[in-house]
Amino acid sequence: MPTREPEVALSIEHVKVRFGGLIALSDVTFSVRDGEIVGLIGPNGAGKTTAFNVFTGFLAPTQGEVRYRGTLLNGLAPHEIAALGLVRTFQRTSIFQNNSVFENLLIGLHRRGPSTLWDTLLALPREKAAEQEFADHAHEFLRFVGLERRAGEIAGTLPYGEQRLLGIALALAAQPSMLLLDEPVSGMNANETMRVMKLVETIRASGVTILLVEHDMPMVMQVSDRIIVLNYGRIIAEGPPAIIQSNPDVIRAYLGEGKKRA
Amino acid sequence: MKRVGPAVWVIVILTIPLWLPDQYILHILITTAIFIIAAMSLNLLLGYTGQLSLGHVAFFGIGAYASALTTLGFNVELFGGLRVVHEPWPAVVGFFVGTIAAGMSGYLIGRLSFKVRGAYFVIVTISFAEVTRLVALNWVELTQGPLALTNIPPYTLGLPGLGQVTLWNKTAYYYLVVAVGLMAYVIISRLVGSRIGRAMIALKENETLASSVGIDVTRYLVLAAVVSAAVAGSAGSLYAHYLKIIDPDIFLFIYTVTMVIMVITGGKGTLAGPVVGGIIFGFLPVILRDIAAPAVQWILYGALMILIVFVLPQGIVPALERWLAYWTQRRDARILLADNSKPGDGS
Repeated sequence: MPTREPEVALSIEHVKVRFGGLIALSDVTFSVRDGEIVGLIGPNGAGKTTAFNVFTGFLAPTQGEVRYRGTLLNGLAPHEIAALGLVRTFQRTSIFQNNSVFENLLIGLHRRGPSTLWDTLLALPREKAAEQEFADHAHEFLRFVGLERRAGEIAGTLPYGEQRLLGIALALAAQPSMLLLDEPVSGMNANETMRVMKLVETIRASGVTILLVEHDMPMVMQVSDRIIVLNYGRIIAEGPPAIIQSNPDVIRAYLGEGKKRA
Repeated sequence: MKRVGPAVWVIVILTIPLWLPDQYILHILITTAIFIIAAMSLNLLLGYTGQLSLGHVAFFGIGAYASALTTLGFNVELFGGLRVVHEPWPAVVGFFVGTIAAGMSGYLIGRLSFKVRGAYFVIVTISFAEVTRLVALNWVELTQGPLALTNIPPYTLGLPGLGQVTLWNKTAYYYLVVAVGLMAYVIISRLVGSRIGRAMIALKENETLASSVGIDVTRYLVLAAVVSAAVAGSAGSLYAHYLKIIDPDIFLFIYTVTMVIMVITGGKGTLAGPVVGGIIFGFLPVILRDIAAPAVQWILYGALMILIVFVLPQGIVPALERWLAYWTQRRDARILLADNSKPGDGS
């Protein structure tokens, strides 16, 4: 049997976003193949978070199409996109601060629930079995990110690094086939960053495609198969980390060149 | 301790009419219990989904009117000379019609206003209650307007072993209200303890994050609004058939405020909160009537409310839970210390 090219998971075609006179994204086109880890980088204000918001339905693109495994995402609500298996984390609050770590995971497991209103109101045995299953899954995900000992604690009281890990566990609980990570290691120390990098590799190994936005260059370069560089809302470079690192346009975008920018 | 507590409460609640000599107190108990049911329904929206419905009394009033009109029958002319005649039905049917009618209006309000959140939702709910009051006041042919719907018959229940029982006396009515209240409590507690309730809590805490893990925010808000409105409507029906008379004043803002006070002081987002707050603010006017001049009564009422909210901003029930947790921890620590100081000494 001939080896087939992996299927395209996420495809972005000519996406443009404008806020009044400001063009946040202009004619962005790229795709992420199944099983890849792709890094999306760029200086502050390049449009990375805007891109994430468009891909996950929190923002409607002015033009262009976003497809996930063939399904057109334009016009779908965020929960419908999550139901297709495309799940994201957020840069700042990616956890439910006032709930316990365990409750966070239970909330994240929402999509698994087959139980209906009647099951719940009549307290059918099915409901009890489903709840037990929820609890088992929640512990499983906590073990996966190494937070099982924190299960009973209020999420907002965890140290910062662990809050970020919980955010990833919460997103994983929603059963993604592709995960969008928005700056997963920002503000983390070297040890915590290492831990997340290993985690990202493990997640990919379990069959989840990953697109990540990150400012920590060594981390992105090491973990990504491919890098896409955004600057002022356009893609200025795309390719393997080694090539991106020596791309003069990218270096200029990050360091400037003393000239007035276009 | 945890197992015994509820059992004691159930026994106390079930035997009250047997040892309570004063019919007036029993009357207050019944109306308070009806308002506690309404407050529990408000708590589902306010405490669990975080939506402040300041028109909650509309659902209560719609339940009351729908139930009363179903039972009394009516004969009204709609546009174009079309007459709608409804023959009286049994009061029990009225109860279900009232509950369903309120639930349907909850669906309407849910769909309409969950497009607009926060302050706008509050305004829409207030307006809705005011509109329903004006309809009740001005559609005289149907509601008799300010002349009120009178002679609303009591429920007749077919009870096993007792045959057909008409609830004329207060004791019987008390048990009915307690039964409906327990049912509402069970429905709400099962709901909030489930996957559905977690979705509601999630959208209260962080709507964006909730939708990112696949929770259909609008769906669960509407579901909460429907269940909440239906429970409020059933309380309204109980109210109408108990007092046997209802007028458009049932839609007054003050009743919504009473429910909100019960929920906030008791502790929103806790199951026992509305019950505790409801008992305090249901009985407070009665107690104050005996000890203070009429003008002072409402000042004291307001002062106590402000005091509770000021000292216990989370409400009474969460504060009690914290104290209990604190004392258990202290006690456990003492036991631990005592054990450690006597090594090898069996208890």
